[in-house]
Amino acid sequence: MNKIFKMAIRNLMRYKRRTLLTSLLITVGILTVILFSGLAGSFKEMMIGQITDSNLAQIQIHKKGYVASIDSMPLNLNLSPKRYKTIENILQDHPDVHAHAPRIKLSAMLSNYSETTNIRLNAVDPEKETMVCPDVTDRMVFKDNVRKKLFVKPGEIIIPKNLAKGMKIKAGSLVVIVAQNKDSSINGLNFTVAAVIESVLGPQGKEGYIHIKDARTLLRMEKPEVTEIAIRIKNFNKLNTVYADLKSSLLKFKNEKGEPIFEIHTWKKLSPFVNIANMIDIMTISMKIIMIAIVLISILNVMIMSVYERIREIGTMIAIGTSPGKIMGLFLSEGFFLGLVSGIAGNVIGVAGIYLLNIFKIRFSFGRVDNLILSPAININELFWLTVIVLLVSVFATLPPAYKASKMEPVDALRHV
Amino acid sequence: MALVKIENVSKIYQMGEVEVKALQNISLSIDKASFVSFVGPSGSGKTTILNLIGCLDKPTAGDVFVAGEHINLLNRKQSAAFRGSVLGFIFQSFNLLPVLTTFENIEYPLVMIKNISQSIRNRAVLKVLKSVGMLEQKDKFPDQLSGGQKQRAAVARALVTQPKLVLADEPTANLDKKSAVNVIQLMRAMRDELGTTFIFSTHDPKIMKEAEVVFTLEDGMLLTEDSRKNNFTF
Repeated sequence: MNKIFKMAIRNLMRYKRRTLLTSLLITVGILTVILFSGLAGSFKEMMIGQITDSNLAQIQIHKKGYVASIDSMPLNLNLSPKRYKTIENILQDHPDVHAHAPRIKLSAMLSNYSETTNIRLNAVDPEKETMVCPDVTDRMVFKDNVRKKLFVKPGEIIIPKNLAKGMKIKAGSLVVIVAQNKDSSINGLNFTVAAVIESVLGPQGKEGYIHIKDARTLLRMEKPEVTEIAIRIKNFNKLNTVYADLKSSLLKFKNEKGEPIFEIHTWKKLSPFVNIANMIDIMTISMKIIMIAIVLISILNVMIMSVYERIREIGTMIAIGTSPGKIMGLFLSEGFFLGLVSGIAGNVIGVAGIYLLNIFKIRFSFGRVDNLILSPAININELFWLTVIVLLVSVFATLPPAYKASKMEPVDALRHV
Repeated sequence: MALVKIENVSKIYQMGEVEVKALQNISLSIDKASFVSFVGPSGSGKTTILNLIGCLDKPTAGDVFVAGEHINLLNRKQSAAFRGSVLGFIFQSFNLLPVLTTFENIEYPLVMIKNISQSIRNRAVLKVLKSVGMLEQKDKFPDQLSGGQKQRAAVARALVTQPKLVLADEPTANLDKKSAVNVIQLMRAMRDELGTTFIFSTHDPKIMKEAEVVFTLEDGMLLTEDSRKNNFTF
């Protein structure tokens, strides 16, 4: 076997320029995949992070049917205190849940005493909310010091930037919020604008924040109901597992008709960004397919040429008794080593490229958030599988010419000029 | 006792719609340890008969026996194994593998075909290198050798497995006269030393004089078998 490998390596070195060019092509293909995967993966993770850490959270639990009618923000689909307690117990017992926060979602009228418009409000417990959405305050512009934990106090409201601008409201302004509760009773409360918030996805956002206690007062709730429970888990990579665990725990609770009482969704079901994330995944896979095609075609081409140039040599080897299997092994080894060297070179240069991209930080804007820094990364597993794919494709591409070589008739091969 | 026995062998090639009769009803036998030459002009069937004896091709009709084996009946894999264990080959263009040194070229059949241990291989290769006077060139690659040296290395490669029969197709055609005579004399000396049967083809009268048995072919037919040293001209 060693002799076959030795011959294979020397045969590759025999046509140095051709081997180098083929190897270079494959290396560039792998490099492109690594850089693209690193950058696209980083972009995707950052965007998911922006969306889940700013306002959506990673998982949400609602009363069954709420998400289907989320646009109308129905108050009759709130969770009762008893149900909330049930869910809270499940969440507290789960080892992978980092934090959870109750929210009341409501639609209301906002007035600055001269103009009125509609507004969507998130009523939150600020301390708990910052545990599930640690970046929630990043987009808020306060009048005084930047607040991190208690970003909204009772009596305060945080207004979306587009509304604030249109109605000439600033931090410190007084406004009135009028809302109708689920019994059709209308109530209003005065608020002081604590901050203006930019939407994560640009100017279309119209969600403001008030304290959860104010929402209960405004909506005249007799019991502390909750619209949704936002959840943050300890390890985002375990999202699907934790989701499945929680779902199975929640499915045990059924109403008199035997239907589930609760519904649970990950961010993927709640944000349209999932389509962009899927598109990024498809583009990454496409890059890998292009790389496979490059490896396949370049190695197939170089090995076909190699076989045609060495017909007499193959004839000699067969004539003096070399078995077809060993002839095939020799050519497969050549393809394998070409793939191996190119794979290693591509990985090394790719990792160096990722390192350089992290040194020369790439900044960009997403929605209304500026100065985001991409931190491209690629894990060992991906490099390993990339190398395995390159090796398999290399050997696969070598199979037809190697088979042809092994099946040559020695008498014809020796006669070849 | 005959090492090679050919009985009523014909070989016909189909070239489009034309049938080319390369060999026509040939029968002959060759004894062990003999030094035999097939002579004749180009197209007379010398290479074809060597290919049939060498298990590289199969006859259209007739039977070929080598070392007691009916080689017509061997399949592809068996043929390869038979060639590796019983036969040695020397080619007109030397056909040394360009990526291997002289030593490695000679070692090649022992590694790839016989799978012999390193120490035995080394001893065998060095012995045969010494016999053909190529010890000093053992680390050189084929492109660093002269034509005569290449053919000596090829002779060594053919002999290193201690085959019963060595087949040499026009082994001197690409050599100058002095090197050609040297190679033939080397082959003959090897026959004397090892008892190996040598069959070679040539159309060079000076070379064919060295043969002990000469088979003359013309248009695929065996004209004469001469076991004396004669002068031949074509």
